[in-house]
Amino acid sequence: MRYSALRIFKEALTGHKGWTQQWRDAAPAESYDYVIIGGGGHGLSTAYYLAKEFGGARIAVLEKGWIGGGNVGRNTTIIRSNYLLDGNEPFYEFSLKLWENLEQDFNYNAMVSQRGILNLIHNDAQRDAARRRGNAMILNGSDAELLDTEGVRAMYPFLNFNDQRFPIQGGLLHRRGGTVRHDAVAWGYARGADMRGVDIIQNCEVTGFRIENGKVLGVDTTRGYIGAKKVGVTVAGSSSRVMAKAGMRLPIESHVLQAFVSEGLKPIIPGVITYGAGHFYCSQSDKGGLVFGGDIDMYNTYAQRGNLPVVEDVIESGMSLIPALGRARLLRSWGGVMDMSMDGSPFIDKTHIDGLYFNGGWCYGGFKATPASGYCFAHLLKTDRPHEVATAYRLDRFMSGNMIDEKGQGAQPNLH
Amino acid sequence: MIINHPLLGPRDAQEFTYLGDATLINRPDWQSENALNAFHDYLYLRDNPAGEHRELWYHEQGDRSWLVVTRNTMTHEILNVELAHDVAKAAAAERSAQ
Repeated sequence: MRYSALRIFKEALTGHKGWTQQWRDAAPAESYDYVIIGGGGHGLSTAYYLAKEFGGARIAVLEKGWIGGGNVGRNTTIIRSNYLLDGNEPFYEFSLKLWENLEQDFNYNAMVSQRGILNLIHNDAQRDAARRRGNAMILNGSDAELLDTEGVRAMYPFLNFNDQRFPIQGGLLHRRGGTVRHDAVAWGYARGADMRGVDIIQNCEVTGFRIENGKVLGVDTTRGYIGAKKVGVTVAGSSSRVMAKAGMRLPIESHVLQAFVSEGLKPIIPGVITYGAGHFYCSQSDKGGLVFGGDIDMYNTYAQRGNLPVVEDVIESGMSLIPALGRARLLRSWGGVMDMSMDGSPFIDKTHIDGLYFNGGWCYGGFKATPASGYCFAHLLKTDRPHEVATAYRLDRFMSGNMIDEKGQGAQPNLH
Repeated sequence: MIINHPLLGPRDAQEFTYLGDATLINRPDWQSENALNAFHDYLYLRDNPAGEHRELWYHEQGDRSWLVVTRNTMTHEILNVELAHDVAKAAAAERSAQ
C-alpha cells in the first residue's frame, strides 16, 4: 500500500479500515541468497537497498528481539555530514544526500528535518580547526558557514556567551544537518524491504555460524538452521559477541552512551547545538523535549544503562552552556551500547571467511550513517567490492597503518 | 560503582580512570619472529566479553596505583580487585617457571 495525502483522506471517510500491516511476520525459509543478521537501522537499510538498488533476491533479516529495538531506537536522532577526513566525509555526505531524499524514496514519513547543526568554538585554535573542517566539508560537496559571536547570538541569544573560561567566539554552522524521527527510519526501511520480498524474521537469534573450508554455509538460529550464500552481520553493540561465534576477535570494545530528554517545553532550540568546551549537545524534539547527551561512560559494558558520574558531567556541561536548562525537569535518561572501534571509525568489509561480511564499529555515530551504511554494505554484499565512498572502512586498517582517526586523538576507545 | 581497593578499601569509581582489558599487562616480546602480528593483536584486538571482564583501572585521584578489577559487564557487579603490580609479578613468576 502506498501512503499519500489522498489515502489519508480516503481512509478518514471510510473509518480507517483500509490500513494494512506494514510488514509481514515472516517464518524462516530453508535457505536464502543473503542473510542479514541484525534488524536494526543498518540491517534493514542493507536489506532495503540490496532488494531495491542491487536486485538481490531471496533476502532475510534475522533479528533476535524485535526490529528497531537497539540503537536505532535509542539515539539522539541527529544527522550530519561535517567530517574532516577523506575516508569519512564523502561517505557521510553520501548518507546525508540519501537522507534528503529518503521519505520520497521509501514512501514513509521519517520526519527528516534539516534544522541545522551549530558546533560552537571558544578559542582561536578551535576557530582554525573549524575553518579547516568547513573547507574540507565544502570540498566534498557539503555545506559549512563560519559564524562569529554575533552570528551565533542572532540564532541562540540564550547561550552563556561570557563564560570566564570558555566564552563563545563563534561556531561552524552546517545548515543541511538536522534530526530525523528515528523509529520511523527502522519502520520505513522494514516496510520498504518487505514490499520487495525481504523476509523480516523476528525473535530469531543467531547461535552460531556453519563454516566449512573457510566458507560460510549458513547460520544456526533459535528457529533452526538457515542456509545462506552470503551472510552480512550488522549488530553494532554486540559485534564482538556475534563475530566470536565465527572465531573472530575485533578491534572493538562495547561501551555505553547515555542520553537524556527533558519535559516538553515550548519551542526554544530550533536547531542542534554542540558545545566546544565540554562534551554536550542538545536539540529539541517536535514534542518539545530537550534531547541531549554527552560522553560515553568510559568502561566496557553491555548493560544498556550508565552511571551517575556521567549524568552529572553531562548536565554540568549543559548548565555551563545553557543556564536556562536548570529550570527544566529531566524526564528520563537511557543508555545504548556502542561498538567503540579503536580509531573511532566504522567497518564495512569482507572478513577472511568466504561469504561472511561485517558492518559495525559505528561508535556513537551510527544513526546518521544508516542510509549510506546500508547502501554501501548492500553494494559490498552484491559485488564483493567496497562502494567508492566506503573504501577506507577496512578491518585490516590497523595492520596496514591506514587508521581513520577523525579527531586526531589516537587509536584507543578511551581517547575518543 | 564502588571499587574495593586492596589497600584503601571501598572507593568511588569516579576517582579512577579506565584503561581497558587487563591483558594489556602481557606485552608481547618485541624480538620474537611474529612480533608484528603479536603487537597488532595486543594493541588493537579485544575479546570484549559480555560477562566477567578483567580490566585495568588507575586510581588517579587517589594513591596512583593500577588495579586489576574483575567486573561483570552485563550487571556492573565488581567481583574481585587486585593490585596490577601483584598480577604482573605473578605472571612473570609463572613465565620464568616454565
